[in-house]
Amino acid sequence: MENNNKTADPSGEIKVSIRHLYKIFGENPQAMMDDVKAGMGKSELLETKGHVLGLNDINVDIRSGKITVIMGLSGSGKSTLIRHLNRLIEPTAGEVLFDGEDILGWNEAKLRDLRRKHMSMVFQKFALLPHRTVLENAAMALDTRGIARKQYEAEANKWLDRVGLGGYGEQYPHQLSGGMQQRVGIARALASNSEIMLMDEAFSALDPLIRTDMQNLLLELQNELHKTVVFITHDLDEALKLADHLVILKDGRVVQQGEPQYILLHPNDPYIEDFVADINRARVLRVRSVMTKGEPSGNFSGDIDHDDNLESVIGAAEGSLDKRYRVMRDGKPVGTLEMPEIMRALVPRIQEE
Amino acid sequence: MATYDGLFDTLGLRAWCDKGADNAPMSMADLLAKAKGGSDAGSSLWDTPFPSLDALHNACQAIPQSRALTRGLEAGFLDIRDALRVVIDPLTQPLSWALNDMLWVMTQTPWWIIMPALLVITWFVTRSWRIIGLVAVILALLAFVDHYNAAMETLAIIFVCAFVCVIIGVPIGIAMSRSDRLQRTVIPILDMLQTLPPFVYLIPLIFLFSVTEPKLYGIAIILYAIVPVVRLTDLGIRLVDRDVIEAADAFGMTSRQKLFGVQIPLALPNIMAGVNQTIMMSLAMVVIASLVSAPGLGVLVLRGIRNLELGVGLIAGFGIVVLAIALDRVTKASLARIDASQASR
Ligand SMILES: Nc1ncnc2c1ncn2[C@@H]1O[C@H](COP(=O)(O)OP(=O)(O)O)[C@@H](O)[C@H]1O
Ligand SMILES: [Mg+2]
Repeated sequence: MENNNKTADPSGEIKVSIRHLYKIFGENPQAMMDDVKAGMGKSELLETKGHVLGLNDINVDIRSGKITVIMGLSGSGKSTLIRHLNRLIEPTAGEVLFDGEDILGWNEAKLRDLRRKHMSMVFQKFALLPHRTVLENAAMALDTRGIARKQYEAEANKWLDRVGLGGYGEQYPHQLSGGMQQRVGIARALASNSEIMLMDEAFSALDPLIRTDMQNLLLELQNELHKTVVFITHDLDEALKLADHLVILKDGRVVQQGEPQYILLHPNDPYIEDFVADINRARVLRVRSVMTKGEPSGNFSGDIDHDDNLESVIGAAEGSLDKRYRVMRDGKPVGTLEMPEIMRALVPRIQEE
Repeated sequence: MATYDGLFDTLGLRAWCDKGADNAPMSMADLLAKAKGGSDAGSSLWDTPFPSLDALHNACQAIPQSRALTRGLEAGFLDIRDALRVVIDPLTQPLSWALNDMLWVMTQTPWWIIMPALLVITWFVTRSWRIIGLVAVILALLAFVDHYNAAMETLAIIFVCAFVCVIIGVPIGIAMSRSDRLQRTVIPILDMLQTLPPFVYLIPLIFLFSVTEPKLYGIAIILYAIVPVVRLTDLGIRLVDRDVIEAADAFGMTSRQKLFGVQIPLALPNIMAGVNQTIMMSLAMVVIASLVSAPGLGVLVLRGIRNLELGVGLIAGFGIVVLAIALDRVTKASLARIDASQASR
């Protein structure tokens, strides 16, 4: 079990790095810093000092080409955190390094350039411009850069096609359903051609079925485009489905971050255990997270892929508990998996100690 | 012997009081008292006057009468008038020109040009045949009872004043929406302009400008009618969805791009509602302003009141009502057009 104790996939260089970030809302945030650094928590600060602790010493690395998911209950500071990445909110203390450069020192013009060309954003409530057509909305970033309609039209249409909205360009947002409006939101972010996409609960306002569609669309686009995505959600299923790197926030603090499968198997906080308790583990856990690594030897009942989920393995075993599988990755054996290991992984909080 | 003599005596101010005595002209109250023949020495508690300026003056000459206050105000106002006029006159002169020119255009151009022109404007604003029909009927009706000229004068004044209100009011509203401090200072002024009876600010204006200048009534109308367009511009911009503003920021819009590309278009329904109210209030004020020589239907209403010519007053009043209906329908229809283009907001 211990040998799969890896955290984030180390591939992908660090694109944005958040260092010791604090955000306090209130009359005099700077004066609160000493108390907060001394360890005062969110509720105590609110009761004794009347200030809201939004973010408390956040350190997160966002890797290029990966989906970083930030998860937490409502009010845990997710929106506040993501808005620091493009400085829609000014921090009380800390650094936000973009390609190694602290954007907090940047002036208006440089910041605008960052927002126009390097970071785009998708919003929970879509936030489309109601008086502009779908096409003009998709081209918002290009239009803002001063590109004429003739030049941006083809580009915007391409992205509308790509998200499945070909032919809707001349409609107005209010004529579309919620799911379609969010597709416009995604097309708008993609058309800006920025390497970073910030998505604040982008699918939370959608019906479950449409939501699944949109998640699949995002994964499909990601396979092709390899954007650096920061995705916010309060839904663990969504987080596990999308995340390469999972950050769990509570009361403005990071309680755990790492590879999602690892967090699922090794929750380090009762808060996360609660989160994890209701999950369909068989469907979420992958073979690679529970297998025993190393050159396989002995007899096998068959081969399975390292990325299969446990549900499919149980299905293949037809319920018997004495099967033993060889785990393959890109055609090479990388480990073994025995059915009891699966059974143990399916019960939350295995007694390892 | 006056009521408050005793007061000054006990305070030991008698000497000071009498020193100030300089045989000031008698007030009306003094004359009346004299006429009644005799002192009110035996006055009962029941008749004790409030210690007003006049009552105190009776006991102590050094205290001024209240008419000295009105005099002083008047003198003070006349003193600064010339200084004020040096500044305000050139600033407001274009208003006089605009009003004169507009009045000239609307009354001197033949009716068979003006009436179709008004209908064409109506078409561009409303795109509705029904409303064009309504406007045509109203104009024809007014012309048929020989009130065409008066109606055109009224319309000319409204056009100019409402236009100036929009030109000045919208930027003020925008500035207010961006600064809470400005909003806090401007709103009491707007409240005052709206609650003061319009007659009251005619008074300083009459002193400031000669009654022959059109800008006299122009300013009165603008002061009265500018309030809604300022208020609703401010409100409209503040009400723009914060998520949309955030999106504009997140995609790197400059504040200029945001203002003209997002805030004003989204506030337009509210701004147009303000314009509608501004036009209606201009109409109300142009009638009152006929007291200070504004031409138009109001003059006929005034004649009806002054000379007790019931018929004249009634027909002019009826003309104002139908004009109000026409203006209201036209602006409301254009408002509806804007709303329709961004439904579901
Ligand atoms: N402008 C603000 N002023 C005061 N408190 C705020 C402000 N914005 C957010 N907060 C507080 O910060 C905390 C985190 O909010 P938010 O980031 O919106 O949470 P989430 O997006 O995770 O639901 C909440 O307790 C919220 O009340
Ligand atoms: Mg949020």
